[in-house]
Amino acid sequence: MLAVVAAHALLALAAPTLVRWLGRKAFWVLAAGPAAAAAYALSQTTAVLDGRGPAERVEWVPALGLALDFRLDTLSWLMLLVVGAVGALVLLYCSAYFARGAVGLSRFAAVLVAFAGAMAGLVTADDLLLVFVFWELTTVFSYLLIGHHADRKASRRAAMQAIVVTTAGGLTMLVGIVVLGVSTGTWRVSEVIAHPPTGWAAVVAAVCLLAGAATKSAQVPTHFWLPAAMAAPTPVSAYLHAAAMVKAGIYLVARFAPAFAQVPAWRWIVVVVGSVTMLLGGYRALRQHDLKLVLAFGTVSQLGLLVLLLGYGTRAAALAGLALLGAHAMFKASLFLVVGVVDAATGTRDLRRLRGLARRLPLTTAAGVLATASMIGLPPFAGYVAKEAALEAWAHDSDPLGRVLLVVVAAGSVLTVAYGLRFAWGAFGKRPSDVEPVTVKRQPLLLTAPPAVLALLGLAVALLPHVGDHLLAPHARTYPTGNVGHLTLWAGLTPTLATTLLVLALGAALFWHRDRVERFQERLWSPRDAGLVYRRLMRRLDDLAADVTGTTQRGSLPFYLGTILLVLVVGPGLALAWGLRGSDLPGTAAAAGRSGVFRVGPLALVPFDRPAQVVVVLVIGAGAVLAARARRRLKAVFLVGVAGYGNAALFLLHGAPDLALTQVLTETVTLVVMVLVLRRLPPYFSDRPLAASRWVRVGIGVAVGLVMMLLVTAAPLARTHTPVSADFPRQAVAWGGGRNIVNVTLVDVRAWDTVGEISVLLVAATGVASLVFLRQRSSRVPRVRDDAPRPAAPAVPAGAPAPRRRTAWIVAGPTLASERRSLMFEVVTRVVFHAMILLALFLLFRGHNAPGGGFAAGLVVGLALAVRYLAGGRYELGEAAPVHPGLVLGTGLFLSAGVGIVSLLAGQHAIESFLVDVHLPVFGTVHLVTSLFFDLGVFLVVIGLVLDVLRSLGAQIDQQAENEGRVVP
Amino acid sequence: MVVLDNVPSAVLVLAVGVLFATGVYLLLERSLTRVLLGFVLVGNGANLALLIAGGRAGAAPIVGNADPAIPLSDPLAQAMVLTSIVITLALTAFVLAMAYRSHQLNGHDEVQDDDEDRRIARLALRNEAAWTDVDAAETGETLDEEAAEVHDDIEESLQVSTGPAGGVATGSTGEEGEP
Repeated sequence: MLAVVAAHALLALAAPTLVRWLGRKAFWVLAAGPAAAAAYALSQTTAVLDGRGPAERVEWVPALGLALDFRLDTLSWLMLLVVGAVGALVLLYCSAYFARGAVGLSRFAAVLVAFAGAMAGLVTADDLLLVFVFWELTTVFSYLLIGHHADRKASRRAAMQAIVVTTAGGLTMLVGIVVLGVSTGTWRVSEVIAHPPTGWAAVVAAVCLLAGAATKSAQVPTHFWLPAAMAAPTPVSAYLHAAAMVKAGIYLVARFAPAFAQVPAWRWIVVVVGSVTMLLGGYRALRQHDLKLVLAFGTVSQLGLLVLLLGYGTRAAALAGLALLGAHAMFKASLFLVVGVVDAATGTRDLRRLRGLARRLPLTTAAGVLATASMIGLPPFAGYVAKEAALEAWAHDSDPLGRVLLVVVAAGSVLTVAYGLRFAWGAFGKRPSDVEPVTVKRQPLLLTAPPAVLALLGLAVALLPHVGDHLLAPHARTYPTGNVGHLTLWAGLTPTLATTLLVLALGAALFWHRDRVERFQERLWSPRDAGLVYRRLMRRLDDLAADVTGTTQRGSLPFYLGTILLVLVVGPGLALAWGLRGSDLPGTAAAAGRSGVFRVGPLALVPFDRPAQVVVVLVIGAGAVLAARARRRLKAVFLVGVAGYGNAALFLLHGAPDLALTQVLTETVTLVVMVLVLRRLPPYFSDRPLAASRWVRVGIGVAVGLVMMLLVTAAPLARTHTPVSADFPRQAVAWGGGRNIVNVTLVDVRAWDTVGEISVLLVAATGVASLVFLRQRSSRVPRVRDDAPRPAAPAVPAGAPAPRRRTAWIVAGPTLASERRSLMFEVVTRVVFHAMILLALFLLFRGHNAPGGGFAAGLVVGLALAVRYLAGGRYELGEAAPVHPGLVLGTGLFLSAGVGIVSLLAGQHAIESFLVDVHLPVFGTVHLVTSLFFDLGVFLVVIGLVLDVLRSLGAQIDQQAENEGRVVP
Repeated sequence: MVVLDNVPSAVLVLAVGVLFATGVYLLLERSLTRVLLGFVLVGNGANLALLIAGGRAGAAPIVGNADPAIPLSDPLAQAMVLTSIVITLALTAFVLAMAYRSHQLNGHDEVQDDDEDRRIARLALRNEAAWTDVDAAETGETLDEEAAEVHDDIEESLQVSTGPAGGVATGSTGEEGEP
């Protein structure tokens, strides 16, 4: 069964190519998928009959108990046969139906086959979640099929309606499935049915499952999507809306009825919904003029009857239901296909305009009449056998409810007879001569054969009722109560036969007075159209959503941030304070009595670890508070910088030299970058005179500060487990081959984190570049030898030759206006640049064993580049790093991630470092750790980031300013 | 249960508090530069908080570098802070670019209220739809009328016969209908 589903998937993937190669003949190949499903079902008939149907299981996510479970029992066998056989015939029909140059044919073919596969999976799946997956797949594919003509409003609307309604039901069903799975402890459908839950779980599951089934099978009040879905191409209507998708809900009812039929909620819903749907569908069908719509409402009616029969819970009703399920698939699919032929031949489906088709299309007419006979329950057709069994089942039901249902079903059958005759008469009947004759085109056999085959099948199976009886009874026997009964063509002169005759007579009478019936329906107050109610409801939902959005999404960033921070204070903050009351934290208790420890409630603190911390914290505090009060941009930036350098000092005092180094370097780069941008922004922050809002900000700030203080005090005191890093020193030396534990952690132990981080750097660098380089970011790096537009300043002597060859570096003369030049700076830059690069390499290579590493080294190179840029302008930056930043970034990431792949190839875990001893002739043995390459990648990414930032926020802003005709200060 | 000697130092806790309080104060401003500075301060506070959560100060976590009697400071927290520092740098550059762009476009770097959000709120107040969906509009057509407009891409190339006497059988075999 898995193979069948997989074959569909493959065919669906191949369909576009096949359609390109073979045109519409590709449908012949694609029909092999559903045909294989049907053939598989047929080949397993004996096994299924003996109750030894095949079962397959492929583990999928064992941890979640999710497996690809399939099994074939009687019900699945019947459904698979229907889905496969009708699917194959419909696909063959498609190959003649669509025009050779039909738009979107390849997509249509792929989706239709995929749908057939999802349907085959749905009816054979034995895992609740798998059932749901296939269920939703059919929903999505049907959405695509209904909306096939996406350029038409009716199609889009119908598709949207169908997917919203059926997905809503599907999600409800998912709730039921979860309740089932959790309350029974298994996700196997067969096990759940064998041991159904009891109590409230049973009620919830039953109601939720029925909600899913009712939406899928177009039961009142969600029936309206089915007639609207007639906007789909006719083969889709024949397959999805007669044989397959709408039957999915019926399948679900038939599957779970043995387990839930005794639950009162289940039974009442089934009885009420099924009856109303049956009668309403039949009633509405009597007024339609479009042949497809007559059939669509007829289908709604028949689906109601099916729910009633298969959900009611007695074995006799179930057997009748199964028979009707098969019969309906045959006659309804056949009738839809007949409508397709009529449409193709005449160009219309309006039964008021058709005339004289019987003579022009005899084979089609024969098929249509045979299928109609089966639909209205004339002997000796499958529909008759099923309906007889249904009437018989209600007539002999022990429950008084059975009598009521007998009347309901009889009434529904009267309507069926009436609309069936209306259909047949409408399509093929004689008309008064005042009807303009339509043009009739001949149709190929390939188009007329599939409906004829289906119609004849409806006759053939009915002639051997005991075979059907034999095949279908096993599932009926799984129902809880009653006798199974029999399928038969002739049961003698019984009350049921009399009922049938009465039904036929009344139906014929209703048809005879069709004009009066139509007028009566028109005059009668009719309940509001369910589709209209749905659209109004959706409108209300939109309004509600807009109201909610309008209230919560104010569009103000400070408001959002304030809300988030207030939630932080009120939620986690109060919870923390609440949790701290009373007992001491483990750390507090352990520290009790130690010298220097003082207590604050349940918390313990020492004044400081090292005395110098006090001074540094004072500096940080002053910097931060003054920065918050500063009105001048540059002042605020420098004060924040002070706090940042203070942080570096704290790191150093804490015993984190790597952090201190990196912090100092980033702080410096940050300052440079900020100053670069601030030169374009106004020097002062704009005034914000609202004092009240300022106090609110102060309040939130202080509250957040207090919560964080509480958190950082409580967090270390609450720790009770050995830190994961306890073993790091040993691992760093033994496996990582380095003594600097922080560096080994970055490049080895937690290297995946680092890969993630440098990816973020790459994204941020790209973001900066795309914000500043507005139109395009060319791969060209500006160099001095490019004919640079001279700066606007007149300092450069006119006529001075632009140097074509570089003889010295940092020759800012030709490229930088004189008032921007600083000779001192240029000279110092010449001195320190190489030293800085050397320092960076030194930091990089020794980083594994001493403070340093790729981050610090990259930042040093970045600073060196920044110095060159500041001294020599943007052309100097191009000279210093004549590469595109993107290339550096990409190479770095590739190198870091590449080390992981190399490790994998060497048979180790990804990014696990290994030691290589290389023997070189002169140097002797070189001890090489592969993680050095990882660090090299980090190094390059950081350089790329800084380079990108300098190019964007430095050089490009310069250029934009020059273009605006301004000299950048 | 292992209880660690993790008693935090009060001055560090105070530093975290001050950094967060001032940072949040700036974060709630409208000027992007101030928001950014607030973010940097909050970032510093968060780094410090991570470090405190890692335990008390100790020797630099470099094997064989220090007196074995002094416990090493926690290297894991440091590794996390290190990545955080560099990411803060990247983010700073990004927000700066945004501030510059905002200045370039609007002449200032202040975050304005979102126009679209305000528009939706305004319309919601008046109970008007924020957008029009032609597909959802009421057409007033019955299903029948709508269905009459829908036709598939059907094969059109077949022989046409207009009446009982008309029509000539086409060359292809297997077609239905009398000549």
